[in-house]
Amino acid sequence: MRAVSRQNEIHIERLNKSYAQPTAGDLHYIIQDVNLAVKGGEFFVLLGPSGCGKSTLLSLIAGFVSKTSGQVRVGEKEVERPGQDRAVVFQQADSSLFPWLTVRENVEFGLRMKRIPAAKRKEISNQFISLVGLSGHESKYPRELSGGMKQRVQLARVLSNDPAILLMDEPFGALDAMTRRTMQRELVRIWQDTDKTVIFVTHDIQEALLLGGRIGIMSAGPSSRITDIYEVPLAYPRDLSDPDFHTLYNQIQSHFDE
Amino acid sequence: MSNRLKKGLLHILFWLAGLGIWQLLSLVYGPEILPGPIYTAKGGYELLMDGTLLQYIGISSYRVLLGWTLGSLIAIPVGLVIGKVGTIRVFAEPFLNFIRFIPPIAFITLFLVWFGIGETSKIMLILYATFFIVVLNTLTGVLAVEEDKIRSARSMGASEWQIVLHVIIPATVPYMFTGIRLAMGTSFMAIIGAEMIASNEGVGYLIWNSRLFFRTDWIFVGLICLGFMGFLTDRTVGLLGRKLLSRYGVVSANSLRR
Repeated sequence: MRAVSRQNEIHIERLNKSYAQPTAGDLHYIIQDVNLAVKGGEFFVLLGPSGCGKSTLLSLIAGFVSKTSGQVRVGEKEVERPGQDRAVVFQQADSSLFPWLTVRENVEFGLRMKRIPAAKRKEISNQFISLVGLSGHESKYPRELSGGMKQRVQLARVLSNDPAILLMDEPFGALDAMTRRTMQRELVRIWQDTDKTVIFVTHDIQEALLLGGRIGIMSAGPSSRITDIYEVPLAYPRDLSDPDFHTLYNQIQSHFDE
Repeated sequence: MSNRLKKGLLHILFWLAGLGIWQLLSLVYGPEILPGPIYTAKGGYELLMDGTLLQYIGISSYRVLLGWTLGSLIAIPVGLVIGKVGTIRVFAEPFLNFIRFIPPIAFITLFLVWFGIGETSKIMLILYATFFIVVLNTLTGVLAVEEDKIRSARSMGASEWQIVLHVIIPATVPYMFTGIRLAMGTSFMAIIGAEMIASNEGVGYLIWNSRLFFRTDWIFVGLICLGFMGFLTDRTVGLLGRKLLSRYGVVSANSLRR
């Protein structure tokens, strides 16, 4: 096993988020009293019904929105703004990729912002374009790619900046079932290759079980919180026909049946 | 190929039919009221030979192109700033929406008083006609930039300035371009008005002045020249946009209408 660096640990304590004004009487918490510790290099899945505040929690970790109260720490540092240590893969590739840039230029975006020389940029982008299986498509524009390929570009684009943490907001939600399965397998492979901490948001129990080392169950909003955490003691790649997989599936399902 | 040929033939037929009807009507009403195509061609030839026609086309085009270019160049940064800075926008937006309903023609007398009877007043008028359209379009473009794009750039390490330069501006290009192209139409309207009222040369002057000699054929020559000038500049601008800006999503080949 690789050495676990503290820089990619995430600690969340008594975290509350409300979009109402702090002076308002009723605060309408989106999420309330969330506590979570994610270990470095872990694949953690946030599972919950639509609208429960999973994405809000992810945005708080990313630093896109500010918390109402509580703590979000990455490594030793309190999260106050977006940082290069935390990369975000968005649900909609069309709204987050830059359509005026080619695949290669998209992947090199962060490197260009850091003024890394072109030769070095090309070396890095080659590495990650090939890691996500897009070699040969470097000079295409996003509009020329399928949905699955666009998500691969997003993944390569964030990986090229070498973040410690990957925050993924239902990135495969808009893909067809077959592409989704391939992307899930690829993501596990890439995660195993790169030693990143991953927080993956989904509302799909099967997806959660295929990917996660641990699964945090979020209750339906408002005032959503993490009610239970499941360990998934199954080896990768996971097998859908495994009876243990099935047992876990039913256990988790029972949370949402009530 | 034969389909294209058919289309070409239909086009020619359409124009010939138009000319035929025009000629027929002119025979009915007499050439003083409605000069036919042959009569108009003769008038046009006359103006072409003594050099006035080309001179007038030249001067009108010069005024439009100069005012329109200056207006666009000033309007784009202004639109970007208004779009980007919320506090400025709060004050600027009502003002913009107030002033855009005042047509350039309404300002002619004031501009003559302010900028003199020479070229400056006409160019300022075109600048005015261009400015607000381009500002409003640019501003709309800035507001339409998806939050995901800005967020992803930010978490890849882009500074606020880099976000403006590498995300907001390229994402706004199609809006700017639409504004610039629409402004071309209003610029032509403004210049003809200005030349009718306060000029001794130009196509607008030709159209207006011909009434003194009751040369309705010259009026027709002026109208046709206007049509061609507008058509050609719009096609040129459209072509340039498609060739140079296609990566930003400027694709429309058809002329825009107001």
